[in-house]
Amino acid sequence: MAATDQSKIRNFCIIAHIDHGKSTLADRIIEKTGLLTSREMQAQVLDNMELERERGITIKAQTVRIVYRAKDGEEYIFNLIDTPGHVDFNYEVSRSLAACDGAILVVDAAQGIEAQTLANVYLALDHDLDVLPVINKIDLPSAEPDRVIEEIEDVIGLEAQDAPRISAKTGLNIEDVLEQIVEKIPAPGGNPENPLQALIFDSLYDSYKGVIVFCRIKEGRVKVGTTIKMMATGASADVVEVGYFGAGQFIPCEELSAGMVGYITASLKNVRDTQVGDTVTDADRPCSAPLPGYKKVNSMVFCGMYPADGAKYPDLRDALEKLQLNDAALQFEPETSIALGFGFRCGFLGLLHLEIIQERLEREYGLDLVTTAPGVIYKVHKANGEIIELTNPSNLPDPAEIEYMEEPMVSAEIMVTSEYIGAIMDLCQERRGIYISMEYMEETRALLKYEMPLNEIIYDFFDALKSRSRGYASFDYEMKGYARSELVKLDILINKEEVDALSFIVHSGTAYERGRKMCEKLKEEIPRHLFEIPIQAAIGSKVIARETVKAMRKDVLAKCYGGDISRKRKLLEKQKEGKKRMRQVGNVEVPQKAFMSVLKLDDR
Amino acid sequence: MTDKKELELYLHIPFCIRKCNYCDFLSMPADEGVYIQYADMLLEELKEKASVCREYQAITVFLGGGTPSLLPEGQISRILGGVQEYFSLSPNAEVTIECNPGTLDRQKLSAYQKSGVNRLSIGLQSAINQELGLLGRIHTFQQFEENFALARDIGFQNINIDLISGLPRQTLRDWEYTLEKVMDLEPEHISAYSLIVEPGTPFYETYGEDEQRREQGGHPQYLPEEETERDMYQRTKALLEEKGYRRYEISNYARQGRECRHNIGYWRRTPYLGFGLGSASLLEETRFSNPSSLKEYLEGNYTRLGPVLHKGPSAKGTGAASEREWQERQTEGEGYWKLSREQQMEEFMFLGLRMAEGVSKVGFQAAFGINMEGAYGKPLQEFQKQGLLAQQGDAVFLTEEGIAVSNYVLGGFLL
Repeated sequence: MAATDQSKIRNFCIIAHIDHGKSTLADRIIEKTGLLTSREMQAQVLDNMELERERGITIKAQTVRIVYRAKDGEEYIFNLIDTPGHVDFNYEVSRSLAACDGAILVVDAAQGIEAQTLANVYLALDHDLDVLPVINKIDLPSAEPDRVIEEIEDVIGLEAQDAPRISAKTGLNIEDVLEQIVEKIPAPGGNPENPLQALIFDSLYDSYKGVIVFCRIKEGRVKVGTTIKMMATGASADVVEVGYFGAGQFIPCEELSAGMVGYITASLKNVRDTQVGDTVTDADRPCSAPLPGYKKVNSMVFCGMYPADGAKYPDLRDALEKLQLNDAALQFEPETSIALGFGFRCGFLGLLHLEIIQERLEREYGLDLVTTAPGVIYKVHKANGEIIELTNPSNLPDPAEIEYMEEPMVSAEIMVTSEYIGAIMDLCQERRGIYISMEYMEETRALLKYEMPLNEIIYDFFDALKSRSRGYASFDYEMKGYARSELVKLDILINKEEVDALSFIVHSGTAYERGRKMCEKLKEEIPRHLFEIPIQAAIGSKVIARETVKAMRKDVLAKCYGGDISRKRKLLEKQKEGKKRMRQVGNVEVPQKAFMSVLKLDDR
Repeated sequence: MTDKKELELYLHIPFCIRKCNYCDFLSMPADEGVYIQYADMLLEELKEKASVCREYQAITVFLGGGTPSLLPEGQISRILGGVQEYFSLSPNAEVTIECNPGTLDRQKLSAYQKSGVNRLSIGLQSAINQELGLLGRIHTFQQFEENFALARDIGFQNINIDLISGLPRQTLRDWEYTLEKVMDLEPEHISAYSLIVEPGTPFYETYGEDEQRREQGGHPQYLPEEETERDMYQRTKALLEEKGYRRYEISNYARQGRECRHNIGYWRRTPYLGFGLGSASLLEETRFSNPSSLKEYLEGNYTRLGPVLHKGPSAKGTGAASEREWQERQTEGEGYWKLSREQQMEEFMFLGLRMAEGVSKVGFQAAFGINMEGAYGKPLQEFQKQGLLAQQGDAVFLTEEGIAVSNYVLGGFLL
């Protein structure tokens, strides 16, 4: 492997709007190049998390090295990096792009350019990548490749006349893609003789190998025994193994040199010593400067996560630490709630990211979690000039001390077919959007631009957008600073006791509506007790909504004879099991589910 | 009189002319050929089980259903003859048969009496014909009255009448009417159940949603309001007490000394053996049931007692065949369930507390060797504080309020 000709390497990723066929194309490329026989081939090789397969999305970037014998008779080495398609995971995309020299842009021949197509192309161009357009799904009856090619040229400004027209599903014209990778994506630069300079684009923890660092070698070489140094953290260690990525496995090799993509394991003790975005160099012969990192995205959505079983607190901390290792966008710090006990305030890129982390904690780490309503970072300007960055509503200072508050805004781009423009504009209006502009991309499709508060889109904006446009709208957003806003803290009282875990910050104009919905939802979730339970929503001392859980007056099993006894026991056991999943709020038992059911309030 | 252990016998007759709209019991229509085959199999099962239960004496026999009175009287006589032949039956045993109006006549009732039946349990359910129609019953109130008079005439001195309250569209007044009509006949015993809308019944199709709405605290459309049901329950107690019936269990009322001994055995955990389709047993602190498929039962598949009786080290001595059978049944989920000491304690409480007189602290100590406060200090204290449980001398029992929400209270006694 040491003798790999740098000019025969192609490092590229595939970018696309969600559902345009990115992962299917990746699979087809792997299959065509014979890395796996079709018997070994499992649908969507690269989405190897159970969760990814289930949801049909890519969450984590995945890398695979394949060998392709081109029509010119030469063998080329492809390092293919699959990337997530969802807006929440732009960060992952950004990391992957930093390891590449080119990108394949997959566009659906029926749907054309979507909001994420644009966002991803801009990201790729930011990284100076050559973008190779591919028209997918030409086997669909509704495919209009000519129109889509025109659109790519008009809207993005990419030459697309000879873009391969393929069907990743059937395998049609995949060779064209492979040939164009060889022709159009540049070979990597860099000199193997220079001091080592490698970019960490991912890492993961393996219980046998320890920390595995994924990197792109920009300059120099690294092999077993090299003493490496992390330029940002300062940690150094001896390399134990280097190698590249087979399909779903790590394949050791002698060395990695400039232009290559691979992994390093070293005698690193602490998972925190390896930061994604850091530069690895040779401790004995360091490079002069670290590589520029790449755009780091900060957490935008926050919520409290608590173990259902309080004793599992240390397990939750360990699990979060492990997940953070290859998901730098995940943040967490300890917090305490009166209702929920010890837990963490966690920060995420968006609601999908939150859901994914929650599910991974539950499935991969076997944790049962209670999650509080997600919120964003508010800036609280106090009368004394102090500014607080608020992530937990419970920490809001007394209103008398607050001069004003600000909330994060985003600029949103929504692409939608003309018949749904009205419906989507209504939606944006309801979510406090400020109209900026509308451009027609072509006769039947427009690009709407809005400025919107982030806290209006983190709940279920996506779902609402899809349902009101029958799936014909796509959406992307980026942060756009802070704006002053009339915000209030809405508290929920169960049987007159304030429940800290249910408090949240909301715009004063929608407080009543949200409070009412919260109370209605909680009424459904809280089982009847022997006494009546008022559920109230309040701003300060002013109650704005109220529901009542009626007292249970009768709960009797009329018959219990010889054949009913086992059944009676099961009934009582179920009842007891249910109680275990309750949290005590004053003298009311609140199901853990209730804390999360308030996350999804919109019923439209 | 005898040092034999007490045992109750339950014999299930799973046949009905038609299934009632609220019924989720194991019952079905069948023809006379099947009745005979079934009686044959019951006799075989009686003989087989009796042969390994020599150290037990049967103190009660209960023929339940379905509709046992649907069988030709000759079959009932055969079955009861079998019981007497194979089992040691206490001379003053309580022998009950369940009957439904519309299937009874003088001939049948006389035959029962001759076969040793000394208690009748008649399923009336309501004295209002319209309600009987809604329930899917095959008889009118007048037919019942005739049957009842006949039974008295023949000489039955111990008769129970089953009633159901809380029917769709039933008012408190309707229910009082039924109670009054029944009390006029002066039966010795009345069972008054609150309707349970069971999944899998036609009633569930029609009223299941309504029931759920009520359970969650909403207003039902057809079923009585929760508050009305509570009133019905309290009214039952008040009316019946005026006429000398005492409530001795959540749904059971009797004149002095006429409490159903067989059913009390279930709540006091007397060992019992079930015979016939799907019937349940408790023997040597082990619970088990017969299969619920008629075909299987008629082929001789009923649960054997070997694994239960050959306990301890001798269990290995029962031979591979029964060991395997035991294993198989356990994996089928209908196997033998040996109750742990904790589970026995739980049952002691959640069954015993159904009785008006409640559970005995001395009895608990005698059965388990620890005192009740030691095992259940917290729930005993909390429920008493909430006024759901009370104590008087040795007895711990549910208060009126406690009975109304008894599932909540009984659940507190699982360890």
